[in-house]
Amino acid sequence: MSIRDRLSGNEAIATAMRQINPDVFAMFPITPSTEIPQYFAQYVADGKVDTEFICVESEHSSMSACMGAEAAGCRAVTATSSAGLSFMNEVLYVAASSRLPIVLAVSCRALTGPININHDYSDSMAERDSGFIQLYGENNQEVYDNYLMAHRIAEHPDVRLPLMVCEDGFITSHAIENIEIEEDDKVKAFVGEYKPENYLLKEENPLAVGPYGVSNYYMEAHVAQAHAMMNAKKVILEVAADFEKTFGRKYGFFEEYRMEDAEIAMVIMGSSAGTAKAAVDELRESGVKAGLIKLRVFRPFPGEEIAQALKNCKAVAVMDKSEGFSACGGPLYAETCGACFNLETRPKMVDIVFGLGGRDFTVEAAKSVYDRLGKIAAGGEIGDIYTHMGQREK
Amino acid sequence: MGKMVEVRWHGRGGQGAKTASQLLADAAFLDGKFVQSFPEYGPERSGAPITAYNRISDERCSIHSNIYDPDYVVVVDETLIGSVDVTAGLKEDGAIIVNTSMSPADVRPLLKGYKGKVCTIDAREISVRNLGAYFPNTPMLAAVVAVSGCVERNKFLSDMEESYRHKFAKKPQVVEGNLKCLREAMDEVRSDG
Repeated sequence: MSIRDRLSGNEAIATAMRQINPDVFAMFPITPSTEIPQYFAQYVADGKVDTEFICVESEHSSMSACMGAEAAGCRAVTATSSAGLSFMNEVLYVAASSRLPIVLAVSCRALTGPININHDYSDSMAERDSGFIQLYGENNQEVYDNYLMAHRIAEHPDVRLPLMVCEDGFITSHAIENIEIEEDDKVKAFVGEYKPENYLLKEENPLAVGPYGVSNYYMEAHVAQAHAMMNAKKVILEVAADFEKTFGRKYGFFEEYRMEDAEIAMVIMGSSAGTAKAAVDELRESGVKAGLIKLRVFRPFPGEEIAQALKNCKAVAVMDKSEGFSACGGPLYAETCGACFNLETRPKMVDIVFGLGGRDFTVEAAKSVYDRLGKIAAGGEIGDIYTHMGQREK
Repeated sequence: MGKMVEVRWHGRGGQGAKTASQLLADAAFLDGKFVQSFPEYGPERSGAPITAYNRISDERCSIHSNIYDPDYVVVVDETLIGSVDVTAGLKEDGAIIVNTSMSPADVRPLLKGYKGKVCTIDAREISVRNLGAYFPNTPMLAAVVAVSGCVERNKFLSDMEESYRHKFAKKPQVVEGNLKCLREAMDEVRSDG
């Protein structure tokens, strides 16, 4: 039986970590992820876990310590946000290319400047090419469930890649909501023991980690890493199927919300998707064929599947909660357009950058997006394909 | 879906408005409701105005925006009135609950023509009387439960008693004081409507 409780996103992640009892947690605090190591430190103090809890001097060091632990054959975790994730940047690439399945919880927060502690995806989107798998959740329940699936995806022999479990800073990390927590022994059984095939100090087959890759080898290593990311698609679905069988909650690459006959749709991520669902429900009641795709997996990007889900729509708005400064749209728009380009018929597609630095996204704002899509779908001008929403004009 | 109750809390950093909103979520959760409790953070400074929110409903609420048209507003620090627009969007069939020694009739002229119910509670006096120190959270929580009726009184009091006995397992002497704060605040909250 699952246990009905009420927890913040941060406490939900810390709870999942306690249940999994990783070998190493290398911690360095930064708002709004700080509560994760804070709760976990209490579990360590109370003897609820036997994790080696290492307080390091920076995020560069926390990710490096996780690398060392994983290379030695341990299950290693950490958590961060914003500038902390940026400071890990160099090591993220090394961890991914060294094929070390570290699980990193990210309470997504805007990058400076101006300095800001609130939510957007500028931190995690800046690491989209790092080689980490990225899972996003709408609320505390999805973030908890993603965390329970994370180690199995990352550690799978066909994958062996590090993984970020992303939650919306403050909006999810600090909001207390109802949640169903699974029993400790069932979580342990689902996640399983970590038994890496090879590790640094394995007596019969000692391993070198992070050697120089001359031009003659570098490309092979990267192609193998790219294949691992492609393999992750299959494994993500397999783990989700087992999760549904075990705990009853269903997950895929994305959630299709009222998309069966949708003519206009949004592609959106995280907590904003929940707010937009309320707009979809209202519009459906007045006969508007509105739908929504909530992306759960950004890396690997499920391009073919998204294209199939959108192919019958007339107009689509991709909602980017990070700017990207490309001057022609945010990262989610670029990926979604690319995925749809080879469709025989494809929807008109606009990009809307919104919610930066914690700018609130309301049901009314979501309705205004569908209003614009309705006009495009009815044959109106598409207008500017790349716009911003919710900012003051002066 | 039954009616959703939305509450907005105004306090100052360090006073515990966020904690009070979490306690309200706890009480409603224990009553079988779906809850949200979330703070709105600006720069983190002790004493700066802060806002916290609650949604309480019979089904899970997927909306994660701030609350602009609350049913109830709770003002934990009366000195915020005048500098913060505490009645912004507040529904006229709702109520505002202010922590003050003033009467509702004396507070109303300060509220920019708000036409709904005005309630006051002297949380300082109740807290000092029962706990010997100023902790406004407990009386304010009880006042909002009494005014909104979002949790049934006896259920609320028995759940809170259990929660305090758990929370203060090592300080049982403070449990009775907190329970008296709750009961007396529920009885002493004044309204002009």
